Amino acid sequence: MLAYIARRLLYAIPILVGVNLITFALFFVVNSPDDVARVHLGGKHVTEEAMTKWKADRGYDKPLFYNPDASGADKFRETIFFDKSARLFVFDFGAADDGRDIAYDIRQRMWPSLAIAIPSLLVGLLVNITIAMILAFFRASYIDIAGVIMGVVLMSISSMFYIIGGQYLVSKSLHLVPISGYDDGVNAIKFLILPVIVGLIGGIGSGTRWYRTIFLEEINRDYVRTARAKGLLESSVLFKHVLKNAMIPILTGVVVILPILFMGSLITESFFGIPGLGSYVIDAIQAQDFAIVRAMVFLGSVLYIVGLILTDISYTLVDPRVRLN
Amino acid sequence: MHLLGYQFSPLWTDWLVYLLVFSGVAFFLYARRHEHLVRPWRQVAQRPLAMAAALVLMAYIVIGLADSFHIREQRDNGGVSDGPVFSSEVVSLLDIALTTLRERQEKTYSAPFALNSYAKESIELAAGAIVRDYPRLQYGGAHLEDLSQRQADIIAKALRALIESVLVFLVITAMLNYMLSRRQAHGFSRQLLLLIRGDSKLPWRSLLLTGFAITLTSLLLVRLAPYYHVLGTDKVGQDVLYLSLKSIRTGLVIGGLTTLFVLPFALTLGIMAGYFRGRIDDIIQYLYTTLSSIPSVLLIAASVLMIDVYIQNNADQFPTIAERADARLLFLCLILGVTGWVGLCRLLRGEALKLREIDYIQASQAFGVSHARILSRHILPNVMHIVLITLVLDFSGLVLAEAVLSYIGVGVDPSMISWGNMINSARLEMAREPIVWWSLVAAFIFMFLLVLCANLFSDAVRDAFDPRVHGR
Repeated sequence: MLAYIARRLLYAIPILVGVNLITFALFFVVNSPDDVARVHLGGKHVTEEAMTKWKADRGYDKPLFYNPDASGADKFRETIFFDKSARLFVFDFGAADDGRDIAYDIRQRMWPSLAIAIPSLLVGLLVNITIAMILAFFRASYIDIAGVIMGVVLMSISSMFYIIGGQYLVSKSLHLVPISGYDDGVNAIKFLILPVIVGLIGGIGSGTRWYRTIFLEEINRDYVRTARAKGLLESSVLFKHVLKNAMIPILTGVVVILPILFMGSLITESFFGIPGLGSYVIDAIQAQDFAIVRAMVFLGSVLYIVGLILTDISYTLVDPRVRLN
Repeated sequence: MHLLGYQFSPLWTDWLVYLLVFSGVAFFLYARRHEHLVRPWRQVAQRPLAMAAALVLMAYIVIGLADSFHIREQRDNGGVSDGPVFSSEVVSLLDIALTTLRERQEKTYSAPFALNSYAKESIELAAGAIVRDYPRLQYGGAHLEDLSQRQADIIAKALRALIESVLVFLVITAMLNYMLSRRQAHGFSRQLLLLIRGDSKLPWRSLLLTGFAITLTSLLLVRLAPYYHVLGTDKVGQDVLYLSLKSIRTGLVIGGLTTLFVLPFALTLGIMAGYFRGRIDDIIQYLYTTLSSIPSVLLIAASVLMIDVYIQNNADQFPTIAERADARLLFLCLILGVTGWVGLCRLLRGEALKLREIDYIQASQAFGVSHARILSRHILPNVMHIVLITLVLDFSGLVLAEAVLSYIGVGVDPSMISWGNMINSARLEMAREPIVWWSLVAAFIFMFLLVLCANLFSDAVRDAFDPRVHGR
C-alpha cells in the first residue's frame, strides 16, 4: 500500500511540472513583463522609469530563464522562472502584486470557504441520494418521469439565478437572513444558511440525475435479480443491496472533490460576500493581480491531483476486487 | 463585395459559424445515405418532447444566423472619392430587422410597457415651474393620445396577434393534414382525428402546438414591440428585448464554435492514443492529465487575462470595438475548447483501445492497410456516435458557462451583448427600490428556454445513439 501511494505521488511530479510550465508560459511568455507593467500602470503613456520601478518592486526585472550576469548556480536562480514558478513547488507563493503575503491570505481565507463547502456537500449528498433512491424505487412510473423532467428543468437554470432568486426571496422580501457578509465563529451561521440552501437547490437537478443513473445501473445487475429471486422485498433489495454497492461510485465521486473544497466556489462566495478563496480569486482577476492567480492555479492543480490519488486509494479500500499494481 | 448599397463584411466568428453550418449540412447529406446513421435520428424524430425542443432550437438558430451576416451600409460619399463609401459601423441582418427596437433608445431604466421613466427628473412645466416627476418616455407608448388607453391598446394589439396566429396555425394544420391524408390514403376528417389524438409516426401534434406557441410569441412581439418596450429598457435606455435577442448569437457561438475547437484535438489525439498505444499513448495521456488537473475556471481566467493584456497592448490590430469584442469571443471559444477536449479525448481513447482489438481492424492490419487509412476508414466512423453524444451534451453547459464567466469578468468583452453581461449589470440594481427586475427576468427566460431545449434534445440524442441504452 505504501509503495503504491509513493508511486502515485511520484507520478504527480511530472504533471505538476507540466502545470507549472503551462502557467509560466501563459503569464510570462505570451505577454512580456513589460506588457504587463504597461497595462498595470495604465496605458500607452507610461514612462520607462515607472515601468522599471514597477518591475523591480515585484521582481519581474530579471531574465526569464537564464541570467548571464550572475555567477555559478545563480545564473539559473536569479531568474523569473526560478523566483516565480520553481518556488511554487515548496508552496512559497511570494507576495501579491499589491505586496501582501499570498500564503498568509490563503491560510486566512481557507476557513470561510470550507465553512460553506462542507455543509453544502453533506446536505447535498443526503438530499440528492434520498431523492434519487425514491426515483429509482418508483422507476419508469409517473413519479420517476416527473422527477426526471423536474431534474432537467432545474439543471437548465443558471446557478446565478438560484443565488439572485434566493437572495431576493429570503433576504430582501422575507428578511430572514442577511443578504451577504460574514462573521467569525458561531455568528457565521446566519450568513451561511442561505448559501448552503441555494447551493443545495441549484445542485439537486444534476445531483439526483447522476445518482439515479448509478442506482439504475446497479439495479440491472445479477445480484439484484438473485436477491429478488430469493423473495426479498423490493425495498430491502434497494436499501440493503443496491445502496451498499452504489456507495462505491458515490464515495469515490465524493473523495475526488474533497481537496478542491478548499478552493471554494467562485460565484457563491462573491455573491454572498464571503471572504473565502473563491472571492479571493475573483478579486485578483478583477484587480488583474497575476501573482495571486498564478498561485491559485498551482494550488488548485495540486489539490486536484491529491483528489485523484485519494480516489484511487479509496477504491482499493471499499472495493476488494481492485488490486494494487 | 457589395450589393444593393450594402457591403458584406463578416467578422471572424461569422466565418466559423458558416463553417459550422456547412459541416452540419454536409453531415446531414452524408448521414441521409447511410441507414445505420438514419435509424437513430429517426428514433429521435419520434420523441414528441425532443422534436418540440428541436423546433424551439431552430427558432434560436435562425435568429442567431440572421445575426451572423454582418454588413455595412453605404453612405453618401460626399463627392470626395469615386467608389462607394461604406459606414464604419457593422450591422447584422438582425439589427436591420430590429431597427425600430435598436434606435428607440430612452434615457434610462423603464419597466416593461411603461409610459414613464423609472427615475425622477426635474421637468419644466409650461408655466415655468419645475417639478420632480417621472418623465414621459420618448418612445414607449408614444402613439397613445390618451394615456389611460394603454391597457385597451395593449389588449387590442395582443388580440390581433392571437387571432393572426390562430389563423396561421389553422392554415398550416389544414395543409399538413391534407398532405398526410394524401400520403396515408385516409380521408381528410379521419386523418384530422388521428392528428388530434397524436396518432402519427412523427409527433406532428407536439410540433404543431410548439409551432403555434412560437408563432404566437413572435406575432405578439411584432405587434407590441414597435409601440412599447415590451421587456423594459436598461440603464442606458436600450430596449431589453433587443438585447435579449442579440444575446442569442453570443450564446450559440460559444456553444457551437467551442465544439469546432474541441473536435480536432479530441479526435486526433484520442484516437491516436488508443490505436497506437505505447509511447504515443503515454505522451497524450500526460498532456491531457496535466491540462485537466488545472481547475478549468482558473485556466480560462488566466488565459483570458493574458489575452486582455495582449489586446490592450496591441490596440492598433483591432480598429473597432466590434472587432475587439469578436477577437475576444473567438479566443474565449478557443480556450473553452482547450479546456474542454479532455473529457471527449478520454472517451475516444478508451473506445479506440477496444476497437483496435476487434477482428476487422486486425484483418485490415494483416492485409497491410496503412495506419492512416485504418484510422480514417474504420476507427473514425465507429466512434462518431460518442463524438456526437458528447458534443450535444456539452452545448448547454457552455451556454451556462458564458454567463458565469462574464460575471467573473473573464467572459465575453464587456461591450458585447450577452446574457452574462445583462445579468451582471442588472445584478448591481438589485438593491434599488422599486427593484429593477426586467433585465434579469428577460435574460433568465431566454437562457432557460435555450438550455432547457438543448438538454431535452440532447437527452433524446444520447438515448438514440448510445448502444448501451439499446441493450436495456
